[in-house]
Amino acid sequence: MSITLEASEARLERHAGNDDVVLVTGICGNLGRRVARFLHRDMRVIGLDRRKFPGKPKDIEHYSIDLRRNRVEDIFREFPIKAVVHLGVMHNPRGNREEHHTWNVGGLSRLLEYASRHRVQKFVLLSSANVYGPRPENAQFLNEDAPLLAAGAFSDMRDLVELDMLVQSFFWKYPEIETVILRPTHILGSVHNAPSNYLRLKVAPTLMGFDPMLQTVHQDDVVRAIQLSLRPGIRGIFNMAGPPALRLSAILKKLNRAHVPIPYTLAKFGVRRLWSLRMTSFPAPELDFVRYVCMVDDQRARDLLGYQPAFDLDQTLNAVDEERWPV
Amino acid sequence: MTVASRANAAAPSALLGVRNLLARVQDLTSGARRVANELAAATLGRDFEQRAAYIRNHYAQMGDDPFGLDPEFTRAGAMLTAFMHRRYFRTEVHGIEHVPPGRALLIANHSGQIPIDGLILALTMFFDANPPRLIRAMVEKWMQTLPFIAPLIARLGQVVGVPDNCHRLLEREELILAFPEGVRGIVKPYTRRYQLEEFGQGFMRLALATRSPVVPVAVIGAEEQYISVGNLEWAAKAIGLPALPVVPQLMLPGGILPLPTKYRIYFGEPLNFEGDPADERAVTERVWLVRQTIQRLLVHGLERRRNVFF
Repeated sequence: MSITLEASEARLERHAGNDDVVLVTGICGNLGRRVARFLHRDMRVIGLDRRKFPGKPKDIEHYSIDLRRNRVEDIFREFPIKAVVHLGVMHNPRGNREEHHTWNVGGLSRLLEYASRHRVQKFVLLSSANVYGPRPENAQFLNEDAPLLAAGAFSDMRDLVELDMLVQSFFWKYPEIETVILRPTHILGSVHNAPSNYLRLKVAPTLMGFDPMLQTVHQDDVVRAIQLSLRPGIRGIFNMAGPPALRLSAILKKLNRAHVPIPYTLAKFGVRRLWSLRMTSFPAPELDFVRYVCMVDDQRARDLLGYQPAFDLDQTLNAVDEERWPV
Repeated sequence: MTVASRANAAAPSALLGVRNLLARVQDLTSGARRVANELAAATLGRDFEQRAAYIRNHYAQMGDDPFGLDPEFTRAGAMLTAFMHRRYFRTEVHGIEHVPPGRALLIANHSGQIPIDGLILALTMFFDANPPRLIRAMVEKWMQTLPFIAPLIARLGQVVGVPDNCHRLLEREELILAFPEGVRGIVKPYTRRYQLEEFGQGFMRLALATRSPVVPVAVIGAEEQYISVGNLEWAAKAIGLPALPVVPQLMLPGGILPLPTKYRIYFGEPLNFEGDPADERAVTERVWLVRQTIQRLLVHGLERRRNVFF
């Protein structure tokens, strides 16, 4: 007992000794909790999320505050925050559009304002490679300077693109702050995002006559990349792909999933119908993600960030089942 | 005797008859299969499987192709179209040893109303090059929107025609085929056969940027496969096609097939260029040089040709 106490005291002391305080928004999500568990060994982590944090490690302080409230600034006043990791992007296509927009864009711009006012040294946004958008004229591998065209077809993705742009302009406006935007491809794991949910289906619907190459990345590789991006000197936009790309049909085969090919027009109509009946939370325009390629070149992350996926293709794909059938 | 017992007595002989018949049919089908195999071997060549295996190993060693190439599909594709190459057009190949190993750009004249010349060049590299190579060509962007076609062309190793893809393929030491004349070349009327149209310059910028050798190629025989007497530009524009050539032979029964001309392919010596890909003038000069070389190869080939069909 005393040993653990001492250990935790020693840890507190160590935290007190260095000023590495990192603020993580959206810490209660699947990915946020993983990031917190990963980071709290080396630095003092403060969490910001409306939701609850079950099984929170003792040395993490968690504040249940709405991102849009003025009280958020109190955290900046109280702690010497060195870095902000913004994971608190709301993506719930079923949710209220207005609510979404004020949360995502309003919340982030406030966060950026506080960051610049309180001399934060590092700002990390977890964006997504989806901001480029799946399009028939895409090059097989998109660079970081490719235009963000996802919002053209998907009004639901407009928020995400806008966030990315907002942080980009912040990058130019405050050159003294090291701003990092991470754009990972489809994150797989116990997280509840669209690609993981899709691959957890026993019978996956696919589009008849389409079979695009897909890149996936393991959730813990993303967590490690976030940690890497907190190192001093790292700044800029980084695409992140995991193991080599694979065509959708091969992915489903590897996971032993049955799939039902549906003609595109029928699928679009059906998904729209189901959507209006509130039977699916999958927006019809996002069908393009299983229709066209949206792949990225992550050479920059490998060279400058020192990012290297630790999980191979099988591990990454099987990660979607891990939570349900623990080994 | 009851009906049942009579049927019983008849059964063995009837069974025997059926068995005999079956055996005969089996003999026939196995014979037919043997003949078909022989014919296939004669068309595909004895070393077809070796060639397919070489390509499979090559891509297995390089790691799975991120563009979605599937060696099994290219093998099947070569098998299904070998007849066109070996029997229908009876392609004659000259100077294929000029194609260097590793990265290179094959630059050819484009002709024939529909791009059979691309297919034949790909088959030439598969069946006649030693070791066999796959050609990675660029396809139109809208092809990606076609169901079934889009994944098929990806598996056959063809990629969306944007310069970045081409750049990456050359960096991966692939062989790229490009027709710098584009649609202008392919829809030429018969009166302008074997006269090169203006060349696009994109290929030269890529060649300079990736330091890839350029192999000039002349394809002879494709111009005569469909005789076009003109191009209905306004009609093409109205229905959104790149061109609408007037081909009288299509009126004839079976005229949908191209005329069985003899294809003759001349590979020139590889040209190595150096320079700044952003320098317009340098690029234009080098493109002109490649165009001249191909025109010379065409003239050389046409002079040696005695007959369009043999």
